[in-house]
Amino acid sequence: MPTMSEKILARASGKETVEAGDIIIANIDIAMTHDLTGPLSVESFEKIGAETVWDSSKIVIPFDHQVPADSIDSANNHILMRKFVKKHNIKHFYDVNAGVCHQILPEKGHVLPGEVIVGADSHTCTHGVLGAFATGIGSTDMAMVFAEGNLWFKVPETNRFNITGDLKENVYAKDVILHIIGKMGADGSTYKACEFAGETVADMSVSDRMVLCNMAIEMGGKTGLVEPDEKTVEYVEKRSSKPYKIFKTDLDSPSLNIIDIDVSNLEPQIACPHNVDNVRPVSEVDREIDQVFLGSCTNGRLSDLRDAAKILKGNKIADSTRMLVIPASKEVYLKALDEGLLKIFVESGALVSAPCCGPCLGGHTGIIGPGEVSLSTSNRNFKGRQGSSDGEVYLSSAAVAAASAIEGRIVAPE
Amino acid sequence: MKGKAWKFGNDIDTDIIVPGRYLIYTDEERLSQHCMEGLDPHFNEKCEKGDFIVAGKNFGCGSSREHAPIALKGVGISAVIAESFARIFYRNATNVGVPLLEAPGISELIDDGEEIKVDMNKGTITASNGEEIKFKKLPPFMLEILNQGGLIEYLKNK
Repeated sequence: MPTMSEKILARASGKETVEAGDIIIANIDIAMTHDLTGPLSVESFEKIGAETVWDSSKIVIPFDHQVPADSIDSANNHILMRKFVKKHNIKHFYDVNAGVCHQILPEKGHVLPGEVIVGADSHTCTHGVLGAFATGIGSTDMAMVFAEGNLWFKVPETNRFNITGDLKENVYAKDVILHIIGKMGADGSTYKACEFAGETVADMSVSDRMVLCNMAIEMGGKTGLVEPDEKTVEYVEKRSSKPYKIFKTDLDSPSLNIIDIDVSNLEPQIACPHNVDNVRPVSEVDREIDQVFLGSCTNGRLSDLRDAAKILKGNKIADSTRMLVIPASKEVYLKALDEGLLKIFVESGALVSAPCCGPCLGGHTGIIGPGEVSLSTSNRNFKGRQGSSDGEVYLSSAAVAAASAIEGRIVAPE
Repeated sequence: MKGKAWKFGNDIDTDIIVPGRYLIYTDEERLSQHCMEGLDPHFNEKCEKGDFIVAGKNFGCGSSREHAPIALKGVGISAVIAESFARIFYRNATNVGVPLLEAPGISELIDDGEEIKVDMNKGTITASNGEEIKFKKLPPFMLEILNQGGLIEYLKNK
């Protein structure tokens, strides 16, 4: 009767079964840290006094938040991390030219069904899309994982979102997850595993399902998960030849709470400042925008770029608005280049940048000033998230972002 | 423990506690200069060692940045008392040695700037008018981690 989270955590802790509420120590299959949380993780690791990492083939370090380095401090952080990689012979290191960590991990075959994955980044919950148990941790916990290869967890209960109905035209996975977060609230799934299931999810691509799992943390979720199916298997087997095990949820599990979500009448949604759960239909929002950001670990994939390019083709971005397009990885960038999407963006007046986290966390590029309004396809709109505390951030799908860039104000695509 | 309460609302996220542009720093001193800057750019100057933060539900939501509890430790916050906490922040704060006390009803009881008393052994918070509210007492191992100043120091001294 266990949920898939319980089954995965039982496997990883060497037990027959575990139940929600149990405190267990799980062996970690993959540990990820990046250029921004990495330095603290490394400092803590060095304080512990451990001489070597537990397994240099199970640590993945991508640089993505401040690439290329935008200050001497960032450059110093990169130097510190490169030294750590060299000293400990870290096998999977991605320097400034690879892309966003949550795109790299699945794309390069580091995520397999049934694994336990931890990352020093809250959006690590994205990786549950392939049927792994993946969760964000802090730097001290990461240092412990580097040293010991395991970590204690409280086994979570599960909120399973049973999503049904065909999505209307111009309605995407982003609209579905914003709708769910609006309904649940910013702490509506705190400490819970969030499973996304139902016919609507079955119809979605792996890329679209990533959008759902990526934002589980925005309702407090410990992880986001989708039960593996033939699409998962196809995605994984193209990228990895390692063995893996598929776990699914038993629907009679006592720790399972099923929440039915009908999306057949859903309109495009938008999260308004300054909380992700402040969600409304786009049709109810009228706001002029200064900047549009298309990218991030939420919506910087090829399908997002295609959706936006379809709308932008032959159109110009409003004079009063600037648009940044940042593909989530080198692979996405190259495909977008081959398909002519980047040309469409540049011709419409957008800036196209190399893969990185971009303006999402307001620490590197595309920072907004006081009084400015950003419409972003990323996952957080907290006060000051993209720069000035007196700025505003709205969150939407790639299609809403593209249509709004043309109009210079928030609109739904027609 | 005695000190002044600095009051904040619901869903105080880690971007408010330390904005993203300061995550390039790792030292307590520099991070503390920007503590709560998202809502109050002068918090660092006003807060005194031993003061408390009192907040609503879901304190510490958002990013996994451990820079957030490090900044709170740096300005001298002796505990954060809230209706509830976000999950990753709860672990991180304990790991760096900042006590988090879950006390439903606290935001109704305490006013901004009020002097309050916290008794970790009894599990009580006393308002300036003498009214008391209980919080869920921390288990002994967690108190020991906090007393040692964090998980790493705790393990080193064990």
